[in-house]
Amino acid sequence: MIDIKDLSIVFGSGRLRVEAVKGLDFHVEEGEAFGLVGESGSGKSTVLRAICGLAPIARGSISINGNKVTEPRGRQFYSTVQMVFQDPYGSLHPRQTIDRILSEPLSIHGQRDQDLRIVAALEEVGLGPAYRFRYPHQLSGGQRQRVAIARALILNPKIVLLDEPTSALDASVQAEILNLLERLRTERGLTYILVSHDLAVVTHLCRRLLVMRNGEMAELTDSSTLRRGQPASAYTRELIRATQGFARAKALSAVPRRICGKAADPLNSAEHMHSGGKNTRPRSP
Amino acid sequence: MGNLATSSRRGRLRKWLTTNEPISRGQARLGSAYRSWLAFSRNPLAMLGLIIVLALIIIAIFADQIATPSPVVGGDLRTERLQPPGENHWLGTDNQARDIFSRLVHGSRLTLMVVMLVTVIAMPIGLLIGTVAGYMGGWVDAVLMRITDIFLAFPRLILALAFVAALGPGIVNAVIAIAITSWPPYARIARAETLTIRNSDFVLAVRLQGASPFRIITRHIVPLCIPSVIIRVTLDMAGIILTAAGLGFLGLGAQPPTPEWGAMIAAGRQFIIDYWWVATMPGIAIFVVSLGFNLLGDGLRDVLDPKAEK
Repeated sequence: MIDIKDLSIVFGSGRLRVEAVKGLDFHVEEGEAFGLVGESGSGKSTVLRAICGLAPIARGSISINGNKVTEPRGRQFYSTVQMVFQDPYGSLHPRQTIDRILSEPLSIHGQRDQDLRIVAALEEVGLGPAYRFRYPHQLSGGQRQRVAIARALILNPKIVLLDEPTSALDASVQAEILNLLERLRTERGLTYILVSHDLAVVTHLCRRLLVMRNGEMAELTDSSTLRRGQPASAYTRELIRATQGFARAKALSAVPRRICGKAADPLNSAEHMHSGGKNTRPRSP
Repeated sequence: MGNLATSSRRGRLRKWLTTNEPISRGQARLGSAYRSWLAFSRNPLAMLGLIIVLALIIIAIFADQIATPSPVVGGDLRTERLQPPGENHWLGTDNQARDIFSRLVHGSRLTLMVVMLVTVIAMPIGLLIGTVAGYMGGWVDAVLMRITDIFLAFPRLILALAFVAALGPGIVNAVIAIAITSWPPYARIARAETLTIRNSDFVLAVRLQGASPFRIITRHIVPLCIPSVIIRVTLDMAGIILTAAGLGFLGLGAQPPTPEWGAMIAAGRQFIIDYWWVATMPGIAIFVVSLGFNLLGDGLRDVLDPKAEK
């Protein structure tokens, strides 16, 4: 579905030249949820932005369905690939109603039955028609993120790029959004690339994942290995330890593990979910 | 009983407007407008400004009914010249024996016309140039902004003078000259606003839906720039009126016998010591209207500012 070969992304030139991503290779199967993990500044979001044309490709190639992406991306591309942004407070136009926000992609692509499709899209993300004519400032963070997901899905894309879709939300809402994303993926056969610094989020949603460090691949692994705490590379182990280190006291881990409802594992423990905010990201020492 | 019915109907209307769950596009838009109005009407100075501006509009519309004496043809030159304010002539008469009140009332049409034409010409130009420069960046930005800088480098009245001198005196040419000289600040503001939102996620999201730059600018960026430009235009209204009056005063704006306020001051200047009312009355009119627009602009800033969260 998605093929990335020797991808390099460079910002600036001369002395200001920064190579954000250096020769990255990976492949994502159709219907798969693929995770990109790493500390902040590791280039994981930049990869997503390069896929949808928001960051320049310096070297290498990105292919969707075997076709190399064009520069600039065509309308066809955007009806196949959509993106959900990290911050639901910044990704919705502050002066447009939800209705207007959702009808925009439909009118750009000249599609009919806007009324029906908007109601259906809201329904699908668990928002009733009562929300249709509200403004974003009348919604909570979780509701806004649902609207953003509805907007991404309204064109029936095959691939959805998720850029830390839950890191701006609080713990209970995080779980709701993750379950929603999981349900949508199985129902519609979507392909996800999920970027997150939060190992719990990634292991919840993705089977295979790529650990990135300084713009390079550190390790290609899968979530069960990670859950068992046996990754191959030392860096990933450090990353896991950083996550656990946040729990501080052992006593805290006795707190009932309710939010993710997953098997007992250090990555999914409740206190970790609570520390999942942007400011408390795990860092390797 | 009837009173009760109306008050309950009003209550229902208010509930309909302030509901959190509007059921149509129109209701959502009206509800948001109603909330802005509630915020605006809480500011007494802004309301005063609004009343002054509304009064100006009403006076301009009903000028013929409000002031019956002709503003152009005076009375008997031997007996009715330069009369002080009194019963027959509320604000006195000028040196052509014309009723000053009538001239002021009819002059409001000219003032309003100048203000509206300048807005209609200058605001779209400024918005377009500013948003395009801000969104496109690169050499488009450089070229458009240098042109703006060139216009900004000239003192406004002097540039307007030059244009009027080239186009010939007259109120329409004065309007064009003022419009040509007043768009650069709007372009600057629109560009600054655009720069702050061009890389925001909601604009990127629309880009990722495949929207063209034209669509992004007109449908997503311009609506966010309009409030600050409207505020600036309203605050500039006073300056526009004064520039028009200044051109009239210099004899390059409205030509006699048109009752233009600036030209009226110029005419009254010759005998300001002995017959003070001839120059003072139009001066007060200009002052009141300028103040009204300024107060209105200040109030609008509080309501429309996109950065002030409701």
